[in-house]
Amino acid sequence: MNKKPMNRHAMNIKKILLAVLIIVPGFTFAAGGETPISLDAMEPNLKDQASLQRGAKTYLNYCMGCHSLKYQRYQRTADDLGIPVDLMMEHMVFDSSAKIGSLMDNTLSVDHAKQWFGSAPPDLTMYTMLKGGPEYLYTYMRVFYEDKTRPFGVNNLLFENVGMPHALVELQGLQRKVCKQIPRLAKNGGEMRDPLTGDPITTEQCGHDLLQRGFSPLELVEGTGSLTPEEYDQVIYDLANFLYYTVDPSRLDRERIGIYVLLFLAFFFVFTWLLGREYTKEFH
Amino acid sequence: MSALQQSFKSMMDWVDARLPVTETYEKHLSKYYAPKNFNFWYFFGILSVVVLVNQLLTGIWLTMSYVPTADGAFASVEYIMRDVEYGWMLRYMHSTGASAFFLVVYLHMFRGLAYGSYQKPRELIWILGMLIYVALMAEGFFGYLLPWGNMSFWAGQVIVSLAGAIPFVGDALATWVRGDFNISGITLNRFFALHVVLIPLVLIVLVFLHILALHEVGSNNPDGVDIKKTVDEDGKPLDSIPFHPHYTIGHDLPAIVAFLFFFCIVMFYYPDGGGYLIEHPNYETANPLKTPDLIAPVWYYTPFYSMLRAATFPLFGLDAKFWGLVVMVGAIALPVVLPWLDKSPVKSIRYKGWGSKIFLTLFIVSFFILGYLGVQHPTPVRTLVAQLCTAIYFSYFLLMPWYTSVEKTKPVPERVTMP
Repeated sequence: MNKKPMNRHAMNIKKILLAVLIIVPGFTFAAGGETPISLDAMEPNLKDQASLQRGAKTYLNYCMGCHSLKYQRYQRTADDLGIPVDLMMEHMVFDSSAKIGSLMDNTLSVDHAKQWFGSAPPDLTMYTMLKGGPEYLYTYMRVFYEDKTRPFGVNNLLFENVGMPHALVELQGLQRKVCKQIPRLAKNGGEMRDPLTGDPITTEQCGHDLLQRGFSPLELVEGTGSLTPEEYDQVIYDLANFLYYTVDPSRLDRERIGIYVLLFLAFFFVFTWLLGREYTKEFH
Repeated sequence: MSALQQSFKSMMDWVDARLPVTETYEKHLSKYYAPKNFNFWYFFGILSVVVLVNQLLTGIWLTMSYVPTADGAFASVEYIMRDVEYGWMLRYMHSTGASAFFLVVYLHMFRGLAYGSYQKPRELIWILGMLIYVALMAEGFFGYLLPWGNMSFWAGQVIVSLAGAIPFVGDALATWVRGDFNISGITLNRFFALHVVLIPLVLIVLVFLHILALHEVGSNNPDGVDIKKTVDEDGKPLDSIPFHPHYTIGHDLPAIVAFLFFFCIVMFYYPDGGGYLIEHPNYETANPLKTPDLIAPVWYYTPFYSMLRAATFPLFGLDAKFWGLVVMVGAIALPVVLPWLDKSPVKSIRYKGWGSKIFLTLFIVSFFILGYLGVQHPTPVRTLVAQLCTAIYFSYFLLMPWYTSVEKTKPVPERVTMP
């Protein structure tokens, strides 16, 4: 920065300082980079074991071939999710060399993966928190769309030109990017209406213009997926929920123990305070 | 005297003749006379000791399962989190403890600033305290690399490369610190050695000396009154009370329990602090090819990081990065000479004039703003605000000889006032 603008700014320093003093406490902290589309909200629920079990099943069937969970063990997953060990080994462990105590790794070689996809698929044990929360994955898995220019024929609204194919396309079906008729906005920000009929006046918008107005630019091609959109959303919710669990499998334990620790400390405080009062009487 | 007391006394006599146990106990605890008007701000010394002990103990247990290699470090932390019994608790106690350490130390330092605890005859206590603070910053920095997450790597990269801004020797110095041309397993190994052996030793010795120096001259108090001026016939200050058990049990124990309560709320329920205590990029392993969107240090360094970034123009043919380093190092080093900057005849802010009150307030506000700006992407306006706050930070110290000598102080009472 050169000297001149500094001097000019110096006159406003008081105003800026005042503004900062007023604004700073109001800021909400938001870590993480910006995303091209806003993330869909989801509230993970680690107490919903059925959801976690379904998520684990989806993961092991559709994702594990490429994405390892190499910091987590089968045994721990089975125990935490309430899956009997024999059922786990029979239906969910597809690696014949793996034992129940093994780490949930896969055999995909990094070199091969780079050739096939352009980059190695990341390990997903802690991926949801790497992205700041499960909402990223929940959104990402629902916004694949057909794009013939990409090697696997699909692209993603959240992660443009991603190297990954749509692994769950048989469940969701294929989405296409479309243009939609949406209400035109008046200068005051309200929707324009026909003065005679009262019907909204619409205009055709595509891609980012649709997104900016809060409309999805994607449309499902009927009959291409085996699940309804609601069923598919549930599958992805369960998957994101499961991957939120794998970030910190002790979370429920921790939150349960925490209550007892805090209760003890609160209880103990009363006694230390009463004892302390006896000693501090001599201060006066 | 019963037979049991008799035998205990003869045992202690035997020991005392060889090691001054009773004398030390009396000098530092039961006959260490502390002013009786301590308030809330006097909890943070003992709380620093509590957190230090927490860090030492959890650190030792973490070391038992941690693998200090580039290949094994990240996975070993996850091993601690998942496979070691209560390993998650050890790790979160340690990571939350790091933030708690800085929190209590900052509050402890603020107390010193507000009540003039650095003034004669407590200059050495203050200097030793500042050395503890610098050692603590080093300890935190070395420890931050150890989980070998991506933010660990890049924070290490940024901070070590600062040395590269020093003219002529910079690059060689940075390579020497890293032991490599990039942050690598070699760097990780040496940071591990420094974090678990050297710096903790230095910290313990400095804390010992800090307390020894304190007990030599006695504690200051919120009024800044010298309690040794009014003593009873035994030479015991009238406005004092024995440190043990009156302060230890009467004053500090409930405070420690209350502190642990708040500590546990964070540790059990918000251990990642919403991405500010354990940052999101640290959920993946170090990757030299993938720079995080925003490289920001943990909150306790952010005021100084802001000052580093606030230097945006070259000067005398040296580039801005070098001056940023100078500003940052200066900001950390300048408080050391504080005892000789304060010309006020009174110690406590209670009796100092408006100049001291205004400058101390501005100093604290600017420190908070700098801390906030340190975790934000820099923009022209933010940089300008950071420059302003940096100027305020420095003027608190550099203008102190002026404003403490011209301001009108209030008369200090003869005896302490009870809260």
